[in-house]
Amino acid sequence: MTTRPGTKRKSRLQFSKIVNSVPISLALYFTVILGIIWLAYSGAQAMGYNWQWYRIPQYFYTLTDDGFQWGEIMIGLVKTIQLSVTSFIFATLLGLLIALLRLSGLVVGGAIAIAFLEFVRNMPILVLLYLFYYVLGPVFSLDRYTASVLCLAVFHAALISEIFRAGINAVPKGQWEGATSIGMSKAQAYRYIILPQSIKFMLPPMTGEVVHLVKSSAIVSVIAVAELTTIGRNLISDTYMSFEIWFTIAAVYMVITLALSIGVSRLETKYAVRT
Amino acid sequence: MNSGEMISVSNVDKFYGSFQALTDINLTVEKGERVVICGPSGSGKSTLIRCFNGLEFHDSGSITVDGIEVEEGSKALKTLRQEVGMVFQQFNLFPHLTILENLTIGPIRVQKIQKAEAEERARKYLERVHIPEQADKFPAQLSGGQQQRVAIARSLCMETRIMLFDEPTSALDPEMINEVLDVMVELADTGITMVCVTHEMGFARKVADKMVFMEAGRILEISEPDKFFTNPDSPRCKLFLSQILEH
Repeated sequence: MTTRPGTKRKSRLQFSKIVNSVPISLALYFTVILGIIWLAYSGAQAMGYNWQWYRIPQYFYTLTDDGFQWGEIMIGLVKTIQLSVTSFIFATLLGLLIALLRLSGLVVGGAIAIAFLEFVRNMPILVLLYLFYYVLGPVFSLDRYTASVLCLAVFHAALISEIFRAGINAVPKGQWEGATSIGMSKAQAYRYIILPQSIKFMLPPMTGEVVHLVKSSAIVSVIAVAELTTIGRNLISDTYMSFEIWFTIAAVYMVITLALSIGVSRLETKYAVRT
Repeated sequence: MNSGEMISVSNVDKFYGSFQALTDINLTVEKGERVVICGPSGSGKSTLIRCFNGLEFHDSGSITVDGIEVEEGSKALKTLRQEVGMVFQQFNLFPHLTILENLTIGPIRVQKIQKAEAEERARKYLERVHIPEQADKFPAQLSGGQQQRVAIARSLCMETRIMLFDEPTSALDPEMINEVLDVMVELADTGITMVCVTHEMGFARKVADKMVFMEAGRILEISEPDKFFTNPDSPRCKLFLSQILEH
């Protein structure tokens, strides 16, 4: 051996220390962002694109003689948030149910849970949306919005149920025994002992899931639910400002998801100190 | 000693798959009796006492605890578990709750008593295990010996009539074993029925009314401590004792 593993490891450690330092990470981040902007800009230049950023603010808000008015993007944003929050609530409840079925030890329960999980997880969300809107929609007379909420809820419930299952399984078995030995029923053990402890295992993947949900809510633009992406498409067909509008819409999505990530990491530190 | 059977076990077998963990177990524990079970590891001691409060279930034979038949899925299990306290080798305290909450959650949620009354009860039992000052800490902030004493208090808070101990001192640092044993000796003096799986023979000599020796899922010897420690009937038991008492 010509290289000693010790030195190699040390130099790698130093390398990752440098790359992970805040100024370097920020510099890398901005280089990438600037690169993308430059590419878009030079691409647009080559096409002879006429940038009209000054026309964007009116889609956020307008101040006229009639007074202050929210613009279309803000209305779309509210709709996206409403859609995401409603879907997430349903997805969490359904996901918990599926996870508990899977963990129940009942053969039938487990089979139902696994069938649901595999069915949903292996289907593209677009197909699922068509299924809800064009197939189940007429049967149960679902409007666009309801079909969208159900589609997102069902799709993400499958993924969330796996997060719940992993989180619940991560709590040591002795906790069940402790709870059982003082006479708690299974439901009480879940509620007071197991679930509170599994939150810290579930928060990080759950954040990823919420961010994923907000982004996948854009899919419902194909059935013209008036959320952020639909608004974007409509504005582009009115104004032909594809670059400006899509960049703006992307930035709005990023603001939501970043706010979520930061909020949850606060929660994580709160739950981490408890144990 | 008071009369009346507290635990009665007859012809019990238990299997894990094809492995037979318990074979033809017969044992009675009288009210107020202190029974110590010992034997080499894997002999089924823990499995046996875990069958007493339905943490595990036997496959054949019958177990009756305080008049309640222990059976999987039985409605009476909840009542049974409130009568029978259990202390585990690994404490199994609830790490997300304070000591006081660990002690009150059973009485409040299971027995549905008022919070103030539960806390009063909890403080009384913390006093009994000599750590009243730790009430507002979390389990991770306590030493192993203190945690195990909290676990004992948690069981006592359910006003149990029987206490099961599953190797309560095996996970402790040597200097903490005595503080737990002291509490157990004091508890034995209150007249509660105790079944204790342990290798602490000094403790056994001090409190046991009856010694049980198990090996390979069978009970090989049941006798009074005097006879047990000086002249046991089973040669295997004699060998076991000579090995653990030699040092």
